[in-house]
Amino acid sequence: MNVKINNEPAVLADGTTLAQLAAERNLPDRGVAVAVGNAMVPRAEWAGRTLVEGDDIVILKAFCGG
Amino acid sequence: MEKLVIAGREFGSRLFLGTGKFSSNEVMAESIGASGTEMVTMAMKRIDLADKGDDMLAHIVRPGIQLLPNTSGTRNADEAVFAAKMAREAFGTNWLKLEIHPDPRYLLPDPVETLRATELLVKEGFVVLPYCQADPVLCKRLAEAGAATVMPLAAPIGTNMGLRTRDFLGIIIEEASVPVVIDAGIGAPSDAAAAMEMGADAVLVNTAISVAGDPVAMAKAFKKAVEAGREAYEAGLGRQSADMTADASSPLTAFLN
Repeated sequence: MNVKINNEPAVLADGTTLAQLAAERNLPDRGVAVAVGNAMVPRAEWAGRTLVEGDDIVILKAFCGG
Repeated sequence: MEKLVIAGREFGSRLFLGTGKFSSNEVMAESIGASGTEMVTMAMKRIDLADKGDDMLAHIVRPGIQLLPNTSGTRNADEAVFAAKMAREAFGTNWLKLEIHPDPRYLLPDPVETLRATELLVKEGFVVLPYCQADPVLCKRLAEAGAATVMPLAAPIGTNMGLRTRDFLGIIIEEASVPVVIDAGIGAPSDAAAAMEMGADAVLVNTAISVAGDPVAMAKAFKKAVEAGREAYEAGLGRQSADMTADASSPLTAFLN
């Protein structure tokens, strides 16, 4: 299926969950937040969140700033 | 020195530190240590999955340091609320430096969106520290909306231009019902000391330290300046004369003739 990750097109296997995506992309254990369709998805819900065609996924991480 | 209390949490240091523009995470970490700060700001950005960069959080997270994620990059209240929820998840804290500055040239905070976002975020249970214009009326409105502090600017972000809004900061400090943190534009330890002498509760410094010739030494200098300024305020400064007429500090009795 086709999704967008941080505005870049990406192809994922059908039925991929957010937890699987996070593992595949080696997301760090902390300092990261994920949203699907502009709604934040808590880490505890990643395993139960199956992605679907057209999902718009945003992954943010901690960065230096004032 | 009296302790600063924000939203029920005590702070021994009245210097808050931003983490932008340091030459390395190591220099940043050492500067944080040297500053004695207990409140450190950070931002978020879209992850670059190809970039296996250093984990900046590992250099910041210490016992006794409150993380203060910001909403930099947002242009309105809705974006700020989204960023706030992402930050709460990423950093595990409901403390938030709310900053909404849609104009990239001066990075001045949007007062209307900032007030609206404060109202929304307080309802969502955030401890909101809004970056705002040095506007006494706006600061009152933010406090009424439930902001934990107000953070009026001294000068635009990163300019090192000092207390350009000084007279209005004075009104804000006089009228404030919540702690006043002077944020943005503080360029030298003397600016920080002056703000503290005026009765500011804390200052937030970033660029002046991170781009200094020796950031660690500058962090130490700011620590001393903030402490000196606060101690002077608590000691009670002597009154300034209305004109230049001298008032002798030594006896004027003649003793040579």
